Amino acid sequence: MSRIIKMGVAAAMEALKDAELPMPDAIVTGTAYGCLADTDAFLTRMVEFNEELLSPTSFIQSTHNTVGAQIALMLHCHHYNNTYVHRGSSFEAAVLDAQSLIEEGEAENILVGSVDEIIENSHTIISRFGIYKESESNKLLNSGTNGTMAGEGATFFVFSKNKETGSIAKLEDIKTYYKTNRKAENIIHNFLMENNVRVDNIDLIILGNNGDAKTDEHYNTVAQHLFGGKRLVGYKNYCGEYPTSSAFALWMAARMIEHGKKINDETSPKKILIYNNYKLKYPSLYLLSAC
Amino acid sequence: MSQKVYIAGVGIISAIGNNVGENLASLKDTKAGMQNMERLQSVHKDKLPVAEVSLSNEDLCSELKLPNHISRSALLSTVAAKEAISNSGINIHKWRTGFISATSVGGMDKTEDFFTEFMADHPNGDLKNVVNHECGAVTEITADHLGIRDFVTTVSTACSSSANSIFLAARLIRQGFLDVVVAGGTDSLTKFTLNGFNTLMILDSQYCQPFDENRRGLNLGEGAGYLVLVSEKVAEGMNQKPEIALSGWCNANDAHHQTASSPDGTGNFLAMKGALKKAGLKPADIDYINLHGTGTNNNDIAEGTAIKNLFEGNYPPVSSTKSFTGHTLGASGAIEAVYSVLAIREGLIFPNLRFETQMKEIPFAPVTELQHKTLKNVMSNSFGFGGNCSSLIFSKVIG
Amino acid sequence: MDKQELMQRLKDEIIKQLKLEGTKPESIGDHDPLFVEGLGLDSIDALELIVLLQQEYKIKLNNAEQGQEVFRSVSTMADFILEHQAKQV
Repeated sequence: MSRIIKMGVAAAMEALKDAELPMPDAIVTGTAYGCLADTDAFLTRMVEFNEELLSPTSFIQSTHNTVGAQIALMLHCHHYNNTYVHRGSSFEAAVLDAQSLIEEGEAENILVGSVDEIIENSHTIISRFGIYKESESNKLLNSGTNGTMAGEGATFFVFSKNKETGSIAKLEDIKTYYKTNRKAENIIHNFLMENNVRVDNIDLIILGNNGDAKTDEHYNTVAQHLFGGKRLVGYKNYCGEYPTSSAFALWMAARMIEHGKKINDETSPKKILIYNNYKLKYPSLYLLSAC
Repeated sequence: MSQKVYIAGVGIISAIGNNVGENLASLKDTKAGMQNMERLQSVHKDKLPVAEVSLSNEDLCSELKLPNHISRSALLSTVAAKEAISNSGINIHKWRTGFISATSVGGMDKTEDFFTEFMADHPNGDLKNVVNHECGAVTEITADHLGIRDFVTTVSTACSSSANSIFLAARLIRQGFLDVVVAGGTDSLTKFTLNGFNTLMILDSQYCQPFDENRRGLNLGEGAGYLVLVSEKVAEGMNQKPEIALSGWCNANDAHHQTASSPDGTGNFLAMKGALKKAGLKPADIDYINLHGTGTNNNDIAEGTAIKNLFEGNYPPVSSTKSFTGHTLGASGAIEAVYSVLAIREGLIFPNLRFETQMKEIPFAPVTELQHKTLKNVMSNSFGFGGNCSSLIFSKVIG
Repeated sequence: MDKQELMQRLKDEIIKQLKLEGTKPESIGDHDPLFVEGLGLDSIDALELIVLLQQEYKIKLNNAEQGQEVFRSVSTMADFILEHQAKQV
């Protein structure tokens, strides 16, 4: 079993255990790159051995739905299983599918998540596009230099139609856009209006700053225009930049709300807005509140 | 009562034709698309027949006015999606329109070119060839070409991918999220998939014989297929209201093995049963099943057994059009959805080519000659790696 | 190479080819069934063993069914290889 499958399965099992859900009604996964290590292994050997002596296992596991399928296999889950592979909105597509399944009455408790991995060759290739910082920095978000740092991760959630006793938070809304002409400020403003929320009501805003000076300027401008005086935090200093990183932000937001509830702290956030905009092409918004 | 989702247009490119008209003509004339490998460069060239689209990348690029480094998957996708839209006659820019595509190889054809140079030395390899490696990148080339932005995404669940993009489209329309969705999928032939299936020892060195006792495996194919799905409201406003709707769908998981189907086709059975339930139909209401029917020993026995158990004596006519197109992987669900729509529209049941010997495990045989018959409900099956099983039902809508 | 040596080598190669992390060569008995019971291998593992035969012993199986007999145990694999090598000489 390759690393990405292990990461995905581990995160999925933890989410199910946490939710005390033995069998989800559906499993929906998002991944931009899919199982890179197996794809790389198969391609490399195909080139090296001129299309001979290839491993069937790498081919099978290179398939994009391998992680979702492995989870189903381990759970003996015969229910709905789908995988989205759309770059910076792969996780968002999975969340939207889950929401739609609930609305259609096809599922009530859904395992939703995302996985993406870094491998040596992908890092080398992506580096050639000049996306990553050349020297190490332990202050990713305040470096003031160009380039970000590569990240990876697996994040899974259990989404439920109804509030359960153990529910951590309520996902009020999610929105994602594809190459929109609209300004970020405009999108965010509309999103809040649609949810009857004023900036004043939001306790914390999680932004997708990734340490690249140009990208961060975008987030900082948005913050200046819309969120003056609000509590703002980044998250990519923990997980790095990758196409499905907004799942990490959502996990972080949920944990913060849960923690606040546990310690019964007045000042802990009860309503959190997440704004990530991968490569400034895939703006996505999440609104999460205590429940 | 949830609203209906209508099929307003179809588009297709495959080894048996570059558009809907050519595909239909080949299906009627029983002209299969397999032959010796011509375009794909592989050491297995003379050993493994494939079903290639006749147009070269250069032909496709000049037709679409797209640059030469674009992945063949994106080129095929763009041709078929454009045809589907023009076939529908809908001005997609008037509505909230989505593009939901599916692919299993994405831009792998170009990545293979890149990788050979990259392996020699890491500063080598033209980045233009790898920039569209991701499945989503292939979708975006088509979406941008069509000018669709309201919602764009990509499904990848191996060989059921594009069946899944079609039911997602239907759900999003029913829920009022979108008015029009161009949904389907694309896959081009690549060395990666050819060698992958070859290591699994399920490629037929002759032309495939789905649902035959002596079947030997599958032939790979390539192509793209798209449907334009529309809401009741959009359908009402059309010059001629569409007569065919997507009435049922279901995705279920076999949860048996990463690639192999369970012997009794549990996932297939659940998908077909779920689609019937969604459509509010009984097994006896189905007039034709377009089989997944790859021609592998494992698929055909699993699918056949699942049909045997679900239809219990009321076996509708069945056939695998993969005997024409080869297995087009991520595109197959959509290509066969297009054929299912054509079957209803034209009142035709397409033959299962090269069938000779009855499979001993199942009590029914595929249709071997073109049949003219009024069809009301047609089921299309698509099953993929990871136990991913999907069934769609298309129905003629009365009134 | 005698059969005993060959079986020893095969056990190492099987573990490596199938990435059986945590399995020790000495825990695989010469006559233990490799599939279903025993090591619990599946049809894909059989395909991996076909690759192993081709890569290490230049023996090409043409279909997966042939593998069923050959891959019953380490001992049957060794017999098959030795038989094949004898034919080559």
